[in-house]
Amino acid sequence: MKLNLKVWRQANGQGKGKFESYNVDADEHMSFLEMLDVLNQQLIEAGDDPVAFEHDCREGICGACSMVINGRPHGPNAGTTTCQLHMRFFKDGDTIHIEPFRADAFPVIKDLVVDRSAFDRIIESGGYISVNTGQAQDANAIPVEKEQASEAFDAATCIGCGACVAACPNASAMLFVSAKVSHLALMPQGQVEHDKRVQSMVNQMDLEGFGNCSNTYACEAECPKEISADNIARLNRSYLISSLTSD
Amino acid sequence: MILDGKTPDGPLAEKWTAYRSTMPLVAPNNKRRIEIIVVGTGLAGASAAATLGELGYKVKCFTFHDSPRRAHSIAAQGGINAAKNYQNDGDSIYRLFYDTIKGGDYRSRESNVHRLAEASTHIIDQCVAQGVPFAREYGGLLANRSFGGVQVSRTFYARGQTGQQLLLGAYQALARQISLGAVTMYNRHEMLDVVTIDGKARGIIARNLRTGKLERHAAHCVVLATGGYGNVYYLSTNAMGSNVSAAWRAVRRGALMANPCYTQIHPTCIPVSGAYQSKLTLMSESLRNDGRVWVPKKKEDLQKILDGSLSPVSIPEDDRDYYLERRYPAFGNLVPRDVASRAAKQACDEGFGVNKSGLAVYLDFASAIQRYGKSEAHSQGLHNPSEQDIIKLGEEVVRAKYGNLFEMYEKITGEDPYKSPMKIYPAVHYTMGGLWVDYNLETNIPGLFALGECNFSDHGANRLGASALMQGLADGYFVIPYTIGNFLSKEIRTPAISTDDPAFAAAEEDTRNRIQRLMSVNGKQTVEQFHRRLGLIMWDYCGMSRNAQGLQEGRKKIQELRAEFWSDVRVPGSADEFNPELEKAARVADFLELGEMMMEDALNREESCGGHFREEHQTEDGEAKRNDADFTYVAAWEWKDGADSELHKEPLEFENVELKTRSYK
Repeated sequence: MKLNLKVWRQANGQGKGKFESYNVDADEHMSFLEMLDVLNQQLIEAGDDPVAFEHDCREGICGACSMVINGRPHGPNAGTTTCQLHMRFFKDGDTIHIEPFRADAFPVIKDLVVDRSAFDRIIESGGYISVNTGQAQDANAIPVEKEQASEAFDAATCIGCGACVAACPNASAMLFVSAKVSHLALMPQGQVEHDKRVQSMVNQMDLEGFGNCSNTYACEAECPKEISADNIARLNRSYLISSLTSD
Repeated sequence: MILDGKTPDGPLAEKWTAYRSTMPLVAPNNKRRIEIIVVGTGLAGASAAATLGELGYKVKCFTFHDSPRRAHSIAAQGGINAAKNYQNDGDSIYRLFYDTIKGGDYRSRESNVHRLAEASTHIIDQCVAQGVPFAREYGGLLANRSFGGVQVSRTFYARGQTGQQLLLGAYQALARQISLGAVTMYNRHEMLDVVTIDGKARGIIARNLRTGKLERHAAHCVVLATGGYGNVYYLSTNAMGSNVSAAWRAVRRGALMANPCYTQIHPTCIPVSGAYQSKLTLMSESLRNDGRVWVPKKKEDLQKILDGSLSPVSIPEDDRDYYLERRYPAFGNLVPRDVASRAAKQACDEGFGVNKSGLAVYLDFASAIQRYGKSEAHSQGLHNPSEQDIIKLGEEVVRAKYGNLFEMYEKITGEDPYKSPMKIYPAVHYTMGGLWVDYNLETNIPGLFALGECNFSDHGANRLGASALMQGLADGYFVIPYTIGNFLSKEIRTPAISTDDPAFAAAEEDTRNRIQRLMSVNGKQTVEQFHRRLGLIMWDYCGMSRNAQGLQEGRKKIQELRAEFWSDVRVPGSADEFNPELEKAARVADFLELGEMMMEDALNREESCGGHFREEHQTEDGEAKRNDADFTYVAAWEWKDGADSELHKEPLEFENVELKTRSYK
């Protein structure tokens, strides 16, 4: 299949970027990233600069891939990361626009690569349970209801890719933050520090320059792990309660 | 060189407790002054950095990723073993120890493996306390499943994303130590050399991948937790960035590489679909709990499948060869990985491969769907369920257990594995070999430690399923925090190491020259092309089966390819900027040396054991034939640039386990 790619090229964080046009011959069994590999081989052989894009596991779990394909983070398929998107979902002759995740809190490093370290700093602000190695009691000491553990898992499945931020008209990180808060809140072990965690993670999220949530749910629609926006409701409730009860 | 494994004296089950209780400690006031560098943030690195930080050391932690959460441990699917015996099915620390020794084909150190089994139970406790959402039973207690090579259910899991959940637990523990100031995190930094002063590891040279700048980082000791080298085969289940460079740089500074030829080829991966393929995707071994592996018995059926006129679903039971169940009735579809992979290769070599390339076998869930459907119907009180109801209910159970794996399969292949069997084929997955370490996890370079897949220590010649996560976390949470004290207790009078030491300047200069050399070749072929060619050589000559002639030929081909690389590689861009192609080039350059050492090791090991199958050494029915008299040793290799590597042997002594022919029949 012959494709025309319009790829965002930007030399570094300081420079201005623009779309460049490339033609690529792809196979329908390729993954989207393998199609970009083909493009890069062409560019290198022609003496041009290959397109920088982030990727690693290529099985949809590391959260490294971070591009917007035809206006949608991770492309057209629901519940799918870019690396798991296959070319059979495109047609011969298609034009495909590829650009980086865009948000003030995710500055561009080069081409399609952005800096998502803001997410790490949010986790560092409280996205954990304070238990040192060796302090744990027996793993079966506290039973956890099966359904509740399963719900915690659903929230914990977030891969930290940032598609929620890229999808949101306000570049809000509420789905990311609420997924971590919910994962820990739904496990009994996470409840001790819950109020403090909610306050500090929300505070850090604001400091990083993410926007506010205006309930458009674009984040939920684009999340490759299909994390529910119900988590945001839980975060909002928790934030309100912890604001009222903290001193 | 005499290799001292430093195994403590005493009865096996008491070695670790006695050793731990008597080893020298570092007092809290001294810990605050002592600096430790940890390279890598997978399960081993993140858990080590977090725990060392909790203990009060000053830790600097490095990853080439943009975030510590992306390390490839995250992709582990199936689970983590622990000898909890929660299922009351006869499990114990000894049994986990024994299964691991036997699974590794009697090529690992007894003392290390027993310690691993002891630590396993604490790992589960620790992870639950961190909030890891493991699968649970209706009563709220932890669920288990079984894995290959064992007859008990001791595997803890979080759907098909166990590695992700464990890594996030370790990452969060690490994040907490970063926020407390105990760990300084360096993201997007790649270690390019280890710096030794007076024979001790005292720091690293790292390249800041955003700016290209070379940086010197000093510490009292260096811990490598940089994973395995499966990407030497180009196509593997490893992440694209997984590489050997940190370990190989240590080898270039005198560290020994142990058993580099021990490679795990995982039996259940999605087959190669085309020449553009960049990586292979694993389908978790847990699927073999319920999936049955088969190929058609009749060539005419196979022909019809290939031309599309027959669906595998309509082949009657009697015309299917469930070859694992036939050959290994005791373990059936749950034989260890090396055995299952070789059997798949044999079926395909005999011409029964079920796709166009002839390199695929079926993994079929129809029986499991039936079985679960009937049991579910019974528990819901449906006494005469229709076939449709049974399938619907059965699919729901299978979906709950393996849903994400089935989805992943469908995304990649476009085929629905609920309706027709999966097609699978073996692929490179894990490397049991790695840096040689003693009982303290210290390499032969004092002050240089290696954890997790990066070392060779626990899995012998074949790793059992759900044991990689166990080893990574055991090393990081429960071993290195103690054993590092052996080295550091002698360093309490050593002031902070200065990066002004001439050794740092020399190592930085070496690194700069190497990068300059890569940038200035300015040839015609891309890094990718070289890497693919290297991968093919490795797969053809040092893959699922090996022979002397092939290994000699393969070695020669690698030498030629290496020469070609250094005269014709093209690395675009410059060294002073964000340049992923340069990163790849440096890694492939190291793979081109490691590959040769793997061939040397495979050639030397005149026996078949675990993942290492030498065609010259097999029984009449094609099973692996060990040579205990001559090869019960760890082969630790010293790299000699441009000449044959030098072999150092560490004899393996078995005081508790009797060496037997490994049988899963």
